[in-house]
Order: sequence, then C-alpha cells, then structure tokens
Amino acid sequence: MSFPWAKEYEPKYGLTKFFDEKLPLPRLVYNAVGAGYPVPRNLSYFWNFGVLAGFCLMLQIVTGIVLAMHYAANADVAFASVEHIMRDVNWGWLMRYAHANGASFFFMVIYIHIFRGFFYASYKPPREMIWLLGVVIFLLMMATAFMGYVLPWGQMSFWGAKVITGLFGAIPLVGEPLQIWLLGGYAPDNAALNRFFSLHYLLPFVIAGAVILHIWALHIPGSSNPTGVEVKQESDTLPFHPYYTAKDGFGLGVFLLLFFAFVFFLPNILGHPDNYIPANPLSTPAHIVPEWYFYPFYAILRAFTFDFILPAKLWGVLAMFAAILVWFFLPWLDKGPVRSGHYRPLFRKFFWFGLIPTMIVLFICGGAPAEEPYVMISQLATAYYFLHFLVILPIVSSIERPDPMPYSITEAVLGSDKKAVLGENAEPVAV
Amino acid sequence: MIRLIGILVGLGFAFVVLLTFAIGFYTWSTEESTETAEHAFHQEAIAPDGGFAFDGPLGNWDIAQLQRGYQVYKEVCAACHSLNYVAFRNLGDLAYSEAQVKAEAESWMVPGINPDTGEAAMRAATPVDYFPSPYPNAVAAAAANNNAIPPDLSLMTKARPNGSNYVYSLLTGYDDAATYTNEDGHRFAEQFPDSMPGTGLYFNPYFANLNIAMAPPLTTAGQVTYADGTEATVDQMSADVAAFLTWTAEPKMIARKQTGWWVLAFTLFATILAWFAKKQVWAAVKPKRED
Repeated sequence: MSFPWAKEYEPKYGLTKFFDEKLPLPRLVYNAVGAGYPVPRNLSYFWNFGVLAGFCLMLQIVTGIVLAMHYAANADVAFASVEHIMRDVNWGWLMRYAHANGASFFFMVIYIHIFRGFFYASYKPPREMIWLLGVVIFLLMMATAFMGYVLPWGQMSFWGAKVITGLFGAIPLVGEPLQIWLLGGYAPDNAALNRFFSLHYLLPFVIAGAVILHIWALHIPGSSNPTGVEVKQESDTLPFHPYYTAKDGFGLGVFLLLFFAFVFFLPNILGHPDNYIPANPLSTPAHIVPEWYFYPFYAILRAFTFDFILPAKLWGVLAMFAAILVWFFLPWLDKGPVRSGHYRPLFRKFFWFGLIPTMIVLFICGGAPAEEPYVMISQLATAYYFLHFLVILPIVSSIERPDPMPYSITEAVLGSDKKAVLGENAEPVAV
Repeated sequence: MIRLIGILVGLGFAFVVLLTFAIGFYTWSTEESTETAEHAFHQEAIAPDGGFAFDGPLGNWDIAQLQRGYQVYKEVCAACHSLNYVAFRNLGDLAYSEAQVKAEAESWMVPGINPDTGEAAMRAATPVDYFPSPYPNAVAAAAANNNAIPPDLSLMTKARPNGSNYVYSLLTGYDDAATYTNEDGHRFAEQFPDSMPGTGLYFNPYFANLNIAMAPPLTTAGQVTYADGTEATVDQMSADVAAFLTWTAEPKMIARKQTGWWVLAFTLFATILAWFAKKQVWAAVKPKRED
C-alpha cells in the first residue's frame, strides 16, 4: 500500500521490462526505498537511525561470516583461534574489531531508534505492529549479542554466560533442570559454547527476517514524522529517493567516521580487559559485568536484594524481563491521539527529566560494582522506570492537554497550508 | 483494562524495589562502613617518564626498545612466564633479519620427538615454533611457585586496565609494607595490619589486592646487559619489557593506527561529498516560508 500520489515504476529498457514481468524485484526496491515510496518531508536526522541499524546488521553479518571462517567453536581452542584471527589472518584484526565494535554501535543506533520512538510515540496507532516487531528485533539482538560475547571464551565470556544462564535457575521448580538443559551441563563448557556459536550464526538471519517484516509493516501506514500529524496530501511528502537516500548517505558518513575512530584507535575501550584472559572456571573475576549495552537491565536485575514473598533473585529476573516486555504494551498504555512529544508538555517533562536521567543512572549503576551507594541509587531508578511506563504514562496521556498542533506537515514546514485556511475540501488555488 | 493491570504491575514492582531500598538504606546508614585495604592503598598505574613511543593515535614502535624488552623477557621473565601466542617468526617484526630470527629460535629448546624412536625429546626451536612454556603443565607451574601459577604474558597488557603502564608500574612499584606510606600520609602497616603480606607474598600497591606472589623480578641495575649499550636501570628495564609486552599483546597495533588515518581521511572526504549531494538534492524543496 502507499499513498495514491506515489510514483509508479515504469521499466524503460528491454532488460528491466523483462525483469518486471518475470520477477518484479526492481519494482519492489523502487516502491520500498526508491522514488515510489512517499515519505513525510519533515523527517529530522533522528529518522536516519533505521537505515543505520540496517547497515549495522549487514556489517555484523558480513564481518561475522568472515570471522566464522577462522574461528573454532571448541572450548580448548576458541580463545587461541581468536588470537589466530588477531595475529595471523590477513586483516583479521580489522574483521574482529569491526565486529566487536559493530555490536556496540548497533546497540547505540538501536537505542537512539527506540528512544526516538518513545519521544514521538511512534508506537501509537496505526503503527503498533511496527513497534511490536521492533521490540522482537531488540530481544533477538540481545540474545545474539550475549551469545556472541561468549564465543571468545575469555573470563568475562565464561562468567557472563554463567551468571545469565544462572538466572533461569531462579525460576521455581523447573529452573535448575531448565538451566542444565540450556547449557548442556552444569556449567558453561564445550556443549554450551557449541550451541551458542550455532545460535549466534542463526539468529542474525532471524533478525533479518524480522527486519523485513518491520519494514513491510512500516510501508503500510508510511513513516511517522516529528509533528506526529499524519500525511494528508502530496505536498506533505517527498519521494524516498533521492531526498532521503541523500540524507541517509550523509548520516551514514557521519556514523562511519565515529565507528572507524573506535575501530582503529580505541578498539578495546568498550570491551573489558578480563576477556583477554582465557576462561578459567576456578577463578572468578572481581567484578562480573556484561557488555555496556546491557548495563541498564543488569542494574535492574541487581536492584532486588531482599526476599519479599519471592526470592530476591527471582524478583530481579522478573523485573529485568518485565523492563523490556513492558515496551510491548506501550501502544495501549499511552493513549491519546497526539503522538509527538513536541505537542505534549507534560509527557515531555517526564521524558526529559524522568526517563532519560533514569536510563543514564541505570546505565552507570549497571557498570559499577555491586556495592553502595550504587545499589540504592539503582533501586530508586528501577522504581521510577516501572512507574514511568506503567503508571505515569497512562495517567499523563489521559489528563494531558496537548499544545496546538499544525494542521498538516506542509503547514509545519512552510508556515501555512492553504487547505488549512480554506477547509478540508478546498481546491488548491493556482498561484 | 490493560492500563489498569499495567498500573497494578508497575506499582507492584515499584513497591518491592522501594521496600528493598528502604531496608538497604537502613542497613547502610546504621552499619559502620569498613574501608578495605585495596580501596585505600591501591594505586592507579602510571606511565614511565615521557610515556611510550606507541602511545596516541600517531604513536609508533620504538624498535630498539622492543629489542631490549625482548632481552629482558628472555633473560628474566621467561624463567617463569610463558608467551604462548608469540612465535619466533614474529620476531621479524622487531627488525631482526631472517638469519637472526633463525639463530634466535635455535637458542630455545622446545618439546619435540626423537625422529628415530618417536620418544619425547627436546629439540632446538625453528622460526615456526611458538615460545615454549617454562613448565610442562599447570601443576608443575603451581608446584614451583608456591601454588601461584605465573600467567602467560602474551596478552598481559590487554588483560589489565591501562595495561602497558600497569606492567611498568607493577615492576617498579614493589615496596616495603612495613614502612609504606601513601600520598595522604597514611601508613599501610598501621591502618591495615591484617593485610600485611604473608609468607611468599610481596607488597605492591599497583597489584589489585596489594600482595602479589611474584618476587620482585627486576631488582638491580645491570641485571640485563643490553646489546645496544643502554644503561639497564630497573626503570629502563621495566619500561622496555612493558613496551615489548605491548607488542606481544597486539603486534598489529601500529598497522591498525596507520590504516585508520587513511580510512578516516577517505570517509571524511566521502562524507563531505555526501553533505553537498544532500544539500543540492534538497535545495529544490527547501521551505520557502510564505509569511
């Protein structure tokens, strides 16, 4: 589906006509990311991050496939095979650093993409399905990243795997058998490493499939935009190509500059030194921490330190999973017709002075050692996190009085829209 | 309905975590906080005078220093520490000729087999061999070292925060626990008498838990006689071996940084082009405000 004024693909040459008749792939591309997809004309640079996330997925798949050609998923040699990649494989260090930092940048991009969605309430009707698929992609990414971090079989790989799979042990009755079944043993070992490698290779393609659904679902209502006002007329939109291909091209350039600065000059700064020590089940690192992109959720997990009816560990596990699962319900928790935070004064205050500081605090506490005052601070932040999504958002969205909004995207961009003045059915006057 | 359930779930989680907070806060405010010796006396690693030649985005190896560092490793560290991921052929990076690498390899003995009987035997190393371990296995290493296994050094500078400076600081940082006083004027022996090094342990404020099982390895000037005539002070030897271990941890570091400049220059150029392309494409639809 698209807007009625969307340009139609017209093959000009023999070959393109042949293709259009037998397998209309060029038409698909034209309608998906070409001139045939009309996009709101007022998208800010925050709308670049979808394309950037797609780029990151491609980058991870390409570098990952090359790494898999040289990596050995066996607990005896995995660590050494990574060092073999770093030392002996031509450009192996580049592949590995691009893959490791690529994961970090993928998460940076996806967090901006998600928080763009929070601020502009992109999850509201008619885009609920896009949002739900997005949360599924995020969960798949977390699983993939976690298993990927285990593969080098360093100290943090091993102990991270032990802590995270240990979470399943908190589930009553079935917990322990489930944990043993997941790991293929009582502790992470060769069986776990092998299945993690297998799944780490599989899941990116599952993500790619979910991304196709995500984009498919996006093309039904079309992109949201910073005003949150739906597209009404042709003057509200521009064809994706060349306008947004050009804008995304520039955004990709800026992204790559930052990415390469990390890959070539600070490749280990986002990692943990302990992972350059081979896995040793007999020696526990002083501070077991996950990769930085899990810090906020790790802080929520560790915030529960008191057995209240349920064991503290189970509370932590429930809260950690609930912290992400709550995103699934956003389209129904945040009611009200106005989307964009620009026109929601109360919502905006809670976003900038509540949610964003909370996420930063949780991020810092998740990376800090589990000692005071970090635990107490993360407890307060965890309380706000749940109150924000589950209590504040539903209440704010029902009591809030939105600010006046532009009639259309055209009005927002150009300052006036003749239709807005003359009424919905007015014929545009020739100038 | 969803919102009602949501509010209840949200209040539930918030209640439990705030209850936990209240209990934690009560315990924290009533309990005397006990400071640990590590927290009070651990020192952050410092750089040698003038830093390392490879530091920074424009850094480069000081080949002479790497050669000296190799000499320190060979004559001192190698008695206890392995270098598992480094092969003799890699020494070619340190500006040794092919013949020198071959000769150097031959000065090391590695486990092999007797070609006639197939029995285990020692043989001279060749450039394709990796540096041999000083101990046949971990049990032997532990037995010879008071149960502390000397770690492999190949990746040591990447396996510790601020690794190159850490190795330098650790080697120069041994001190007498009985008289050690930190910058704030606190005496270690007075404040933490229970944390004094036990038998077979040595006080070192740069080590994570302050008491390290490794005896000071570099103690006297001239312990190594440098081939290039550099004066072998403890400080010099420590800096040299730290530089050498930085190379063993990441032999491709300088190649990486040098490649990085070309990649960044190209990406910057492409990004500038993309910016002008974007500007030109959008010029036609730039908002001309009517008011």
